[in-house]
Amino acid sequence: MTEQIRQILRDHARLAVPVDTLADGDDLHEAGMTSQASVGVMLALEEAFDVEFPDRMLRRRTFESVDAIQAAVREVAGARAGAHA
Amino acid sequence: MSVGLDLVRVRDVADALARFGDRYTARVFTSAEVAYCAAAPAPLAAQRFAARFAAKEAARKVLRPAGDAPGLGWREVEVCRAPDGGPALRLHGAAAARAAALGLGDLAVSLTHEAEWAAAVVTAVRLPATS
Repeated sequence: MTEQIRQILRDHARLAVPVDTLADGDDLHEAGMTSQASVGVMLALEEAFDVEFPDRMLRRRTFESVDAIQAAVREVAGARAGAHA
Repeated sequence: MSVGLDLVRVRDVADALARFGDRYTARVFTSAEVAYCAAAPAPLAAQRFAARFAAKEAARKVLRPAGDAPGLGWREVEVCRAPDGGPALRLHGAAAARAAALGLGDLAVSLTHEAEWAAAVVTAVRLPATS
């Protein structure tokens, strides 16, 4: 999953540095991701993982790092799987 | 007094409109905002969308969640027109509840946009507690 997330960041996050130079826990906002870019990242994540982030998760920290994004995707994917069980 | 400010590159919004289309507009803007912005020719439409996105982000900074408080959807902050013709903000749902919980009066907004950039500033005054 992390490589897929990193590719989405390459395509949409508009970072000031190459994604490959960032560790999974590094702050993406400090690396140059703007609020507008985070919307693009969110929409691309929803497309790629077939999930939808609820409004309650639309916080800065949800998309602040690769680790945070992975946790968020797993949370919404798990919630969707539970709803369909 | 609380204040929020946001700056948006118009090209980034234009790219989002091109790449994500209705998924982007439906997620971020109300139908009234889309109707107003989309009525303009493409370059100006992107500026209008960008200014409204900046306003939403500036308002979300004023309403910034503390601790484990949930986030706010972009559509819960709506840019509309005040009686004097200038921009105004209308809060819905959780955004309205957050403003009330923070004891804020009406949020005021000012927008600006040109070909490259759009920006917005939002202010709010904390109302005196009633005894």
